[in-house]
Amino acid sequence: MSTAAEHPTYNYKVVRQFAIMTVVWGIVGMAVGVLIASQLVWPALNFDTAWLTYGRLRPLHTNAVIFAFGGCALFASSYYVVQRTSQTRLISDKLAAFTFWGWQLVILSAAITLPLGLTSSKEYAELEWPIDLLITVVWVAYAIVFLGTVKMRKTSHIYVGNWFFMAFIITVAVLHIVNSAAMPVSLFKSYSVYPGAVDAMVQWWYGHNAVGFFLTAGFLGMMYYFVPKQAERPIYSYRLSVVHFWALIATYMWAGGHHLHYTALPDWTQSVAMVMSLVLLAPSWGGMINGMMTLSGAWHKLRTDPVLRFLVVSLSFYGMSTFEGPMMSIKTVNALSHYTDWTIGHVHAGALGWVAMISIGAVYHMIPRLWGKAQMASMALVNTHFWLATIGTVLYICAMWVNGILQGLMWRAVNEDGTLTYSFVEALEASHPGFFVRALGGAFFLTGMLLMAYNVWQTVRKDSTAPAANASAQAA
Amino acid sequence: MSAFWSAWITVITLAVILGCAWLLLATRRSEPHKEATEETLGHSFDGIEEYDNPLPSWWLNMFVATIVFGLVYLTLYPGLGNFKGVLGWTSANQWEEEMAHAEEVYKPIFAKYATMSVEDLQAQPEGLKMGQRMFANNCSLCHGATGAGAHGFPNLTDSDWLYGGAPATIQQTIANGRQGAMPPWGAVLGEEGVRDVTNYVMSLSSADHDADAAVRGEQQFQALCTACHGADGKGVQALGAPNLTDGIWLYGSTFEKVSHTIRTGRNGVMPAHKDLLSDDKIQLITAYVYSLSNK
Repeated sequence: MSTAAEHPTYNYKVVRQFAIMTVVWGIVGMAVGVLIASQLVWPALNFDTAWLTYGRLRPLHTNAVIFAFGGCALFASSYYVVQRTSQTRLISDKLAAFTFWGWQLVILSAAITLPLGLTSSKEYAELEWPIDLLITVVWVAYAIVFLGTVKMRKTSHIYVGNWFFMAFIITVAVLHIVNSAAMPVSLFKSYSVYPGAVDAMVQWWYGHNAVGFFLTAGFLGMMYYFVPKQAERPIYSYRLSVVHFWALIATYMWAGGHHLHYTALPDWTQSVAMVMSLVLLAPSWGGMINGMMTLSGAWHKLRTDPVLRFLVVSLSFYGMSTFEGPMMSIKTVNALSHYTDWTIGHVHAGALGWVAMISIGAVYHMIPRLWGKAQMASMALVNTHFWLATIGTVLYICAMWVNGILQGLMWRAVNEDGTLTYSFVEALEASHPGFFVRALGGAFFLTGMLLMAYNVWQTVRKDSTAPAANASAQAA
Repeated sequence: MSAFWSAWITVITLAVILGCAWLLLATRRSEPHKEATEETLGHSFDGIEEYDNPLPSWWLNMFVATIVFGLVYLTLYPGLGNFKGVLGWTSANQWEEEMAHAEEVYKPIFAKYATMSVEDLQAQPEGLKMGQRMFANNCSLCHGATGAGAHGFPNLTDSDWLYGGAPATIQQTIANGRQGAMPPWGAVLGEEGVRDVTNYVMSLSSADHDADAAVRGEQQFQALCTACHGADGKGVQALGAPNLTDGIWLYGSTFEKVSHTIRTGRNGVMPAHKDLLSDDKIQLITAYVYSLSNK
């Protein structure tokens, strides 16, 4: 490891650890995703083994990509960004190391308990209560390290990226604690403290804000650093970032009820959720505009810089899925889209197109700088990865749009006597080609991640051939 | 909900929406430039500077439009606590209206067949088609799309009936459901007794069996099983007790399956549909089911 990379005041060790694990968990989580997508095409792929069945692996996939892959990317980038934009070292190396090992332990526990079928059955919060407690401890430590470092900053203002990271860290703590409140009956079994429809509302208040604060606010924090940094351009508009930050965090809180349209949830709750989801469109797009407009005067760099391409395309997918989301929250649209593959497609437009692409761009930006290199070992492989990821995402979401609308229309089709035209299994049969295209898209995306792992290894290993950074470039 | 919670919800909801509007317009008013400039705020974070460009007008207009839409929606529909909205809409009355509409549209179609007997309906291909569709929606999950049944769910296409295949009986079965209970005999017979009785039962349909064991089993069969299945094992439809001599098996024909049935019993449930489907719909489904074995 080159000492030239070691900025005298920054803790890069924990950033390096999280950056490497981002790649590792990305591959694991996406591989499980490709497996379960393939099981929907070829059901025999569960090999008649309980812990390989769809029902057990699906929560493993979602937890691994959101909290292991996405979580490590957020830890790595937030620790990197907060130090560089506050011009100060993390306040505690020990506490930072604790967050790394603690978070890995959480992920490992998830990877063991979920295939065993141990689950609280709350979506995106399936982990049982002992693991929930560990998450709480690690998260509080994370908050102390991050907020403490912001407090000790050497700059007069707090950089906009750090506002988003702070909103993400504080809100996720609240969401996790409130939603996971449960009565344990044994070491591995607990029951939610909330009854019936209230439990559903708390679950989706959590679930949608996991999207809003974990997968949106956190990654917007990432965007606000890596886009201007990689493009070497100033942020387009400070005042736009102020308006969209406050409007985003205020309205996101209310949108969760749109997951429960036409259910036992009271009418007023559904209406408020729909209205807030629509008001959310402009604040969401504020981030996309600020990122995209930052590139004005630097668009030519897209021709030569595949890392910037990852960042910009992620913003396009972000803009597309944050338009799609408010549309799907309109009750009449939701009546068609709900419970269909359209929802799965929408989630993946965000998860693959936005979250994964911007994380990959950020990791490609950080890795050479963390190891004192001028750039990745192979920029050609970065470029190949970009195309695999883009094509994979497009295949995935197009397949799910087609399937979703097809399912929605087939389920609601009625004959002239009022009976349903199609049975459920007929709609399932019609979805089969879409399932195949989806699995193919996932395989493209996963292949790109494997190239990334190879490229990262070639960049960070001892006798790496990647060109070393010179000292002046490193300071920039 | 109480007046307090109603006010709480109303105040917070409006505060968030109007707060967004205030923030947007206040930020707009304080803009130093009306056009994009190259002037930065003067900070630099790790080399990143920030412009102070105006909010894009199209974006600002879109934001205002969603806020106006939201306020109008919350005036028309329930949302602000106990306020019901000026349209008086509720999800329950929407459902009732749709059901009433469906009743109005579809009732005449069914009324045409309501007075016909099941036998007469056999000559009404359109009516049978409607029965088939309702069968697909309501019955095929257990009995299969063709009515051929599955393990534990009777085949409706043969002439073997557990409770009888007369139109009135089929109609009864659909409307009121059935509870088919075979009690467990393992504790009474012991493992050897179960084997013997199984051999006897297998012999009734001339399946492979041990003749000596069957002779022993017959005595126990006569003592324990004839009350329901009859002395000859041909079953009693009034009780839903299956005919054991015809080689048709609801829970499987192998020695293991039959002995399992005797040892641990079986519980078959056909759910009642009279509260789920109207009489004229049940009538058409009955006619369709009847047609399956009366071609």
